[in-house]
Amino acid sequence: MKAKFLATAGIVAATAVALTGCSGGSGSGGGGGSEAASCTNTIVNAEAPQVTVWAWYPAFNEVVDQFNNANDDVQICWTNAGQGNDEYTKFSTSIESGSGAPDVIQLESEVLSSFTIRDALVDLTEFGADDVKADYAEGAWEDASSGDAVYAIPVDGGPMGMLYRQDLFDAAGIAVPTTWEEFEAAARQLKESGSGAIIGDFPTNGRAFNQALFAQAGSVPFEYDSANPQEIGIKVNDEGAKKVLEYWDGLVKDGLVATDDAFTADYNTKLVDGSYAVYLAAAWGPGYLQGLSDADPTAVWRAAPLPQWDAANPVQVNWGGSTFAVTEQAKDKELAAKVAMGIFGNEEGMNLGVDKGALFPSYAPVLESEAFANKEYEFFGGQQINKDVFLDAAAGYEGATFSPFQNYAYDQLTEQLYAMVQGEKDAGQALDDLQASLEQYATEQGFTLK
Amino acid sequence: MATTTAPTSSHPAEASRQAKHRPDRNYRRRQRWGWLFVAPFALIFLTFLILPLVYAFRMSLFTSTLATGNKFVGADNYLKAFTDPIFLQGLGTVAKFALIMIPAQMLVALVAALVLDNLATWASKFSRLMIFIPYAIPVVIGALMWGFLYSPRFGPASSIFGLFGLAAPEFLAQDSIFGSLVNIVTWQWAGYYMIIIYAALRGIDPGIYEAAVLDGASDRQIALRIKVPMISSSLVMVVIFALIGTLQFFTEPQVLRGVAQGAIPVSYTPNMYAFTLAFSYSQFNYASAISFALGIVVFVFSFIFLFLTRKQSGLK
Repeated sequence: MKAKFLATAGIVAATAVALTGCSGGSGSGGGGGSEAASCTNTIVNAEAPQVTVWAWYPAFNEVVDQFNNANDDVQICWTNAGQGNDEYTKFSTSIESGSGAPDVIQLESEVLSSFTIRDALVDLTEFGADDVKADYAEGAWEDASSGDAVYAIPVDGGPMGMLYRQDLFDAAGIAVPTTWEEFEAAARQLKESGSGAIIGDFPTNGRAFNQALFAQAGSVPFEYDSANPQEIGIKVNDEGAKKVLEYWDGLVKDGLVATDDAFTADYNTKLVDGSYAVYLAAAWGPGYLQGLSDADPTAVWRAAPLPQWDAANPVQVNWGGSTFAVTEQAKDKELAAKVAMGIFGNEEGMNLGVDKGALFPSYAPVLESEAFANKEYEFFGGQQINKDVFLDAAAGYEGATFSPFQNYAYDQLTEQLYAMVQGEKDAGQALDDLQASLEQYATEQGFTLK
Repeated sequence: MATTTAPTSSHPAEASRQAKHRPDRNYRRRQRWGWLFVAPFALIFLTFLILPLVYAFRMSLFTSTLATGNKFVGADNYLKAFTDPIFLQGLGTVAKFALIMIPAQMLVALVAALVLDNLATWASKFSRLMIFIPYAIPVVIGALMWGFLYSPRFGPASSIFGLFGLAAPEFLAQDSIFGSLVNIVTWQWAGYYMIIIYAALRGIDPGIYEAAVLDGASDRQIALRIKVPMISSSLVMVVIFALIGTLQFFTEPQVLRGVAQGAIPVSYTPNMYAFTLAFSYSQFNYASAISFALGIVVFVFSFIFLFLTRKQSGLK
């Protein structure tokens, strides 16, 4: 009897191991794969070779149809494998298992290094990427390349600006802040005016948002070049980052900003119901805001440039933005590169992206066109937000370097910022601890620190 | 699992003993049929359980960092795991959950089962169903739902506390997340355990109660002195289920992380740590080692518990 029961317990325990073992182990990878692919879209020309693509762009089906209709020699077979981390998890698993990845994949520029270090992406220079370089915004191109290598073709960007509630500002008699000093004064004025609103949110899980704010004050967290992949420079606790974090810590302590987690249901509600007067946003923010259900129809939204530290020397930063990369698993890399460069690399495709998907293009012919600059946005009362705000922001952006373990760095940043807003440590301590944890991680992962 | 395997497993043993004495052809033919019946299960068991286990174990013996290649390191990953403060901290967290959550679940399940066992009205059937229903809701859905109930904007807490002029507690803050998770899990599982205990209670011969009543026992005495001891083996089984589940705690904190990232770090429980290592940080080897290390801990704890309760569970 005893042995039997123990055997049963053993099986239960082994099952436990197996369940966890599975998650750590094999994994079958997502769909994809050139042969047995099932496409979301209809293939126009069944004779032509197909290239599988994972992407989550809004209204992407129309862009794919446009491409397939215009090309006889190659067809796109598109799958939406989830947005951001959902897709990266699948991609990561297929890299590990050596199969299951698509030929072309949408990746945010910040995670490119995380995949190039695993030899998962193809250097596109041998397929003519250098020839199209001039077609793209400089900062976006910089984000997609490392040294001489080009690992992806930029599609859309996220130059930052400030979306604000004109009605709430007017009610409290506040002028639109142009510097962070004025922003703080506006925050105080709004609070003292008895308005129910608070100026905005400082999300501890802001990840790329927080990183962009640091970058605006000159923080350069990582030095990394995929030509020399074993060496990395880490400086997340530099003066710029400390200055920015002390500023926000001050606002938090004085109760001038909220510290809600971004992209939760609560946060989304507060964005549109007048709880926040300002939404510090990227160029894709207006689309995001508009898409939230229950958006208050009486709200008067306007866009303005991001507040500056030094009004005389404005610094533009970027939050998000994605690219198309060709994976090492691609069957026909040349054909895949053609798709990566061609799908949004023409005015028809990019215009569809802009009009239907609210993308902020990196493709210069559209980005620099009159039509894009003069585009009027109904949501902003007909304001030409591209001309007024985002085009300048995009032109001033010089690119950034991300670490090959960006996900880890973001998770650690979130933990430190949370500890700070909980009052457990001050801004300087939080950044120093972040620096220490990243240095330790990099060393453990076999990097040499510069 | 224990209840189904125990009674049937004695028959094949007997059969094989007999087979040794007279290995006739009829028996062999029957045996072949037996294999045929077992084959579908065996195939799936092998492909989806044993092979991945072996593969994952093999992976756990290697190491592959971002900057260097794959190399064999033997037990190094395990040594690292059991000295890894993050893993140990996660184990501490689930141990704390086990200490609080299991008694809570047991108490709710046992009291509910005892009460329902005594009721003989339509209300008992209805209540049984109501208590069981949370278990029928998928864990992820349950956790998402609680995420909304805990939300300061959408949840009912602020209006309920508002009635008494009080401020609602922040269920998703660092200090209260522990209790919030205990609540979700208890709500989700107590009904399931209640059904197991209830079934065991129904299996007791009512004649025993009659005898007890004749001897002057009160309802409470019958419940605590007769019913509970008689179903102790079921109780032990329920605790084992709860223990294994708790040590592998994953879904609820992973889902709630979506609304409370600061309060629930990625390495909150060992399973979450393994998941993050593998899928966010691409450390598949170390993640396998962490998974097996957790498996070892689960086995050891289950073993110790079964050893300590061998009398109650009827093992001895």
